[in-house]
Amino acid sequence: MGNLALLVATRKGAWIYHSDAARREWRTDGPHFLGHIIHHLVLDPRDGRTLLAAAKTGHLGPTIFRSTDMGKSWREASRPPAFAKAPEGEQGRAVDHTFWLTPGHAGEPGVWYAGTSPQALFRSEDGGQTWEGVAGFNDNPAFQGRLGGGQDGTPDGPKLHSVIVDPRDAGHLYLGMSGGGVHESRDRGQSWAPLIEGMEVVGGFDASQWAFHDPHCLALCPSNPDRIYQQNHCGIYRIDRPSNQWHRIGRAMPAEIGDIGFPIVVHPRDDQTAWAFPMDGGDVWPRTSPGGRPAAYVTRDGGESWLRQDAGLPQEAAWWTVYRQAMANDACASVGVYVGTASGSLWMSADEGANWAMIAQHLPPVYALEVAAVG
Amino acid sequence: MQVLIASVLQSYTGASQVEASGASLAELFDHLDARYPGLRFRVIDEQDRFRRHMRCFVNGVQKHDLRTPLSPQDEVAIIQALSGG
Repeated sequence: MGNLALLVATRKGAWIYHSDAARREWRTDGPHFLGHIIHHLVLDPRDGRTLLAAAKTGHLGPTIFRSTDMGKSWREASRPPAFAKAPEGEQGRAVDHTFWLTPGHAGEPGVWYAGTSPQALFRSEDGGQTWEGVAGFNDNPAFQGRLGGGQDGTPDGPKLHSVIVDPRDAGHLYLGMSGGGVHESRDRGQSWAPLIEGMEVVGGFDASQWAFHDPHCLALCPSNPDRIYQQNHCGIYRIDRPSNQWHRIGRAMPAEIGDIGFPIVVHPRDDQTAWAFPMDGGDVWPRTSPGGRPAAYVTRDGGESWLRQDAGLPQEAAWWTVYRQAMANDACASVGVYVGTASGSLWMSADEGANWAMIAQHLPPVYALEVAAVG
Repeated sequence: MQVLIASVLQSYTGASQVEASGASLAELFDHLDARYPGLRFRVIDEQDRFRRHMRCFVNGVQKHDLRTPLSPQDEVAIIQALSGG
């Protein structure tokens, strides 16, 4: 593997950290878009040069910025994700922000997907310059009126996230909604089916209704595209297709830690290995590291057992939150694992989570991390 | 007419005041967007509503409706609300 770029999206701008495969030194490039809320910054792995940033500010509406020179220059999308204008007299929807960006299938260069808040799916076929709504989702009567308003979902609005394209089939898509469950399409988004069997919901709700499910993050195994791991509001799960049944593998987590969290990442070559970063889901849901002692947990056996990984991380009084997009991994021989915190720190492990070191601190709240191979 | 541009939009206009024309706010924003692509959507959503934290004043009076008529001597201000964090 050549050089790496760690793409950092924060509440107040974006940064790019550069390193070689040794990952001992990181060169800082940024801030980009200082003052902008950047929800996701993603490099297209198909061309290695197209970088998209999902942006808005506290005042200005949402847009997508695009760079083809690793952030040296940026141009704004000429048509960012937006709903169609509603007929006169009807209350139309408006995109508040683009939350998630996913490059399309390797065989469809230029195709990207975007998940927004309120929850909707958009597609670009020209590398992010123009976007159209995926009608099979956005205009689907099954979803209308059940995707919630501003009072549902996360504190800054419901999120459509974890848009996954099956590497074997460009028409096979998965996505998650907070809230709204996991859904699957086999026809490029024209039709959708819920994929929620086995997933639990908060007590008092009906688990058979997809609207009550709250997946936080989905991760498909590159080495086995039939296997998906999920960090949910109600535990950690794994599914092995073609089965439709999720299994709560988080039950093997230590009881005092639990299996609540936001992110989950998977090993690039081993479908038995995944990392989670648990948070406190007790009483009023602090969403901070349990006991103020942050740690990753890794499974090497598909979720049968979990190992705590906290060497190098603060051993006490660190009340972190790691958001769902703020954990990532690289594909080096010894896989690097990265987390960004809501308190503005970046941490990484170059040895698959065994030892951690800080890359940066005093950044704005970190919303998303991606690791990209460059050159 | 003269249009006062908020600092948050000056990455588009490069100036705090620009000359623009239009017989209504809708036409004015179309004119501005043609000259400064992307500006309109940052201020007005796809349902033609001013964004929650943006404001538009005509001769010192806040306007919410893009159908508001304009005349050449009007003064328009596009500014951000005193909000944020």
